[in-house]
Amino acid sequence: MAEKVLKRADSFYPIFERKGGPTPDVTHYCPGCGHGVLHKLIAETIDDFGIRDRTILISPVGCSVFAYYYFRTGNIQSAHGRAPAVATGIKRVFPQSIVISYQGDGDLAAIGTNNILQAANRGEKITVFFVNNAIYGMTGGQMAPTTLIGQKTTTSPMGRKPGNEGFPIRMSELIATLHAPIYVERVALTDAKNSTRVRKAVRKALQNQIDNKGFSFVEVLSVCPSGWKMTPVQAKEWLTQEMIKAFPLGVYKDISDEIEAQPAKGNVFSVQGLREQLNLPEEKVAPATPVNKTATPEKYRNPRLKMAGFGGQGILMLGLGIAQAGMDAGYEVSWIPSYGPEMRGGTANCHVNLSTERIGSPLVTRPTVLIAMNLPSLEKFVDEVVPGGLIITDASLVTQPPARKDLEHLSIPATQIADELGNTRVANMVILGAYIAYTQILDQETVFASLPHFIKQKSLIGLNIQAIKKGIESISSQIKN
Amino acid sequence: MAKQLIKGNEAIVKGAVLAGCRYFFGYPITPASEIAEAAAYYMPQVGGTFLQAESEIASINMVYGAASGGIRVMTASSSPGISLKMEGISYAAGSELPLVLVDIMRGGPGLGNIAPEQSDYNQIVKGGGHGNYKLLVLAPASAQEMCDFTMLAFDLADRYRNPVCVLADGFIGQMMEPVDFPPPVEKLADKPWALHCDADDEKRLISSIELEPERLEAHNRKLQAKYAEIEKAEIRCETYKTDDAELVVIGYGVISRILQSVVDRLRQDGYRIGMLRPITLWPFPRPQIEKLLDHVQKILVVELSNGQMVDDVRLTVKDRIPIHFYNRMGGVVPSPEEIIEQVIKLFEA
Ligand SMILES: Cc1ncc(C[n+]2csc(CCOP(=O)(O)OP(=O)(O)O)c2C)c(N)n1
Ligand code: SF4
Ligand SMILES: [Mg+2]
Repeated sequence: MAEKVLKRADSFYPIFERKGGPTPDVTHYCPGCGHGVLHKLIAETIDDFGIRDRTILISPVGCSVFAYYYFRTGNIQSAHGRAPAVATGIKRVFPQSIVISYQGDGDLAAIGTNNILQAANRGEKITVFFVNNAIYGMTGGQMAPTTLIGQKTTTSPMGRKPGNEGFPIRMSELIATLHAPIYVERVALTDAKNSTRVRKAVRKALQNQIDNKGFSFVEVLSVCPSGWKMTPVQAKEWLTQEMIKAFPLGVYKDISDEIEAQPAKGNVFSVQGLREQLNLPEEKVAPATPVNKTATPEKYRNPRLKMAGFGGQGILMLGLGIAQAGMDAGYEVSWIPSYGPEMRGGTANCHVNLSTERIGSPLVTRPTVLIAMNLPSLEKFVDEVVPGGLIITDASLVTQPPARKDLEHLSIPATQIADELGNTRVANMVILGAYIAYTQILDQETVFASLPHFIKQKSLIGLNIQAIKKGIESISSQIKN
Repeated sequence: MAKQLIKGNEAIVKGAVLAGCRYFFGYPITPASEIAEAAAYYMPQVGGTFLQAESEIASINMVYGAASGGIRVMTASSSPGISLKMEGISYAAGSELPLVLVDIMRGGPGLGNIAPEQSDYNQIVKGGGHGNYKLLVLAPASAQEMCDFTMLAFDLADRYRNPVCVLADGFIGQMMEPVDFPPPVEKLADKPWALHCDADDEKRLISSIELEPERLEAHNRKLQAKYAEIEKAEIRCETYKTDDAELVVIGYGVISRILQSVVDRLRQDGYRIGMLRPITLWPFPRPQIEKLLDHVQKILVVELSNGQMVDDVRLTVKDRIPIHFYNRMGGVVPSPEEIIEQVIKLFEA
């Protein structure tokens, strides 16, 4: 019996302990089943190539779910159809390994079609053995995507009808259309001559991986006497007469000779230079002038800020500037952009907290400071501001003071000043300058020092400093007035 | 060490790398995409691998394959994507594979929206996949915790050979806060059970299948014993001003931040109120809630869901004291004022 022959290869376990039961020396496959024969050819090839130590086999869901009972290699059992994704994961971890994805037709050509196509398309350096037996063997003979037209199965009892179930899917032809795969062949386990072809294909597909060349795919037409409800002899006959007609044998793609062999090396990682690679600050940089938080008048301390305006006015950047400088000055800070439903209509807003205490809600629902860079923003948020709170508006865009009389109002011609500096977009920094000067929450040196953290384009930092200075000046002139 | 002002989603990736993770398999989805984007940027810089898979199903299975190799690996997604990952998570729990999963929850059901909800609690904490399994679940509430809990998640995953989920919401992911990044983990313990790509691999097997009912029962018993051990050792929880509290508010993630504001403001007005914040959602801080019952008279649970965590509070408290519930859904986040109104009503009742 074929089952006994299996054990001859060194790449099979001498006794199938994982299988257990009363017969741990024979496989679980039905008599005449193609899986056992293909296992043997693969195991012998692994022996020949001396790659058993680094071979990792992915067992699918299907009759070969227990391939790990037999292959004396690394083994992973995977979910239905997902073997190519699992193979991708382990191969990326061990580029030097030989990863085999062993799959049936239900597994590969139905539930896992996307996974195999994408792994093939990425050119994963793995070897796929695809056992096409035109049926779901394991679950008792249901229709497969490869079931032939007219073929009776338990779920196509009248025979497969294209009008209802479509046509047998030809995976080799499909995969051969992709750019990345280097070798695609369909073979059949029938007579001795064909079996030699199968052995050759198995060897080539594994050699390609040893040489680290690319994705190899071997489709093996194989009998399932139990599922087909035939004797092994009838089954072989049917495969030869019928199946090969629907699934022509042959090489569908082979560019392996065009690719140079480049055996893969294992991954090595280091923590050297990690902080730099992650763009993390190494040393504590002391703020240029330590901030005296008690210099801030009581009512402006621990501000909860909301700022809003048109998209493009740099609202998020303004908030980020206050948060970054606040952090550099030793405050607890939080910054959150408008998010979710608030994001619509071309307006932007963000919430910033600066505090000497641990910050609770990062959401600012009752701001102590509202910066409104346009009229709709003022109208939208003015009622949220706490009594006695501060409102800062851009005088160039908000011409009227807020109706509420219980608020402090600061009107800064920010856009006009920015235009005079030659760039409307720095109006936000003019406002920032005005805010820090008026409330004395942060000093200018800290703010200047923090700019490189959130302004990516270094050439713009000078202009931003100018804008902040103009904002500060606008306050001193107001106070003088 | 100097702090960095950074988005929670990005802090996750930097924390992961510092924890020794060099593999990330993902699929884009708002509001978790920044995690994949940061991983795509940083992983190659540190010699690691970022791969955008064809789907969440593929990405969790790539993680499954990579975790079989004994390295630290992660994936991240948001609610609809997490639903797709559930099969793979069940397999990983069954095969006892350590991996880290991040879920930045958004509004559901279905496509819902991209605004923050906490409606994945049941699917993550109670097991959205099939079988008798548990995930360790950590609920960060700040950018710092996005880093710290991701690092902790890797340690817990390895210690217990179990998938660990960092469960956050869109707000914590989008928010920028200062983060103090710790030094990198220098050396990771070997995992003898994992594939090493060497001659001993023939003795190793990564699998969740067990045909024999008795043997599968034994495997399940072993898993349950592990979970019992985790319940003993790994509960994490924060209490805030609960010592003399008559009323305690309970919430996690962004809600706990809002509840802290609620407590602070009501304390100023003399209300005896405190907060309990579960940090591990599983194991759930039942002993800590139990302890409150000797002096607390009322509990208010606040969630961005239809009432999922509140069930665990009810299981703990039973009907010993009244448990009230306040929620918003669909991405609406309650203001402190709105919750204060509820709390005052409860004090006055
Ligand atoms: C998600 C999921 N769906 C369905 C099944 C049931 N199932 C087990 S094997 C199988 C079909 C396998 O057929 P095939 O891949 O052709 O393998 P064969 O048994 O023919 O070798 C199915 C549908 C499963 N295990 N998991
Ligand atoms: S059912 Fe078919 S595929 Fe499965 S073992 Fe039996 S013959 Fe082989
Ligand atoms: Mg089949």
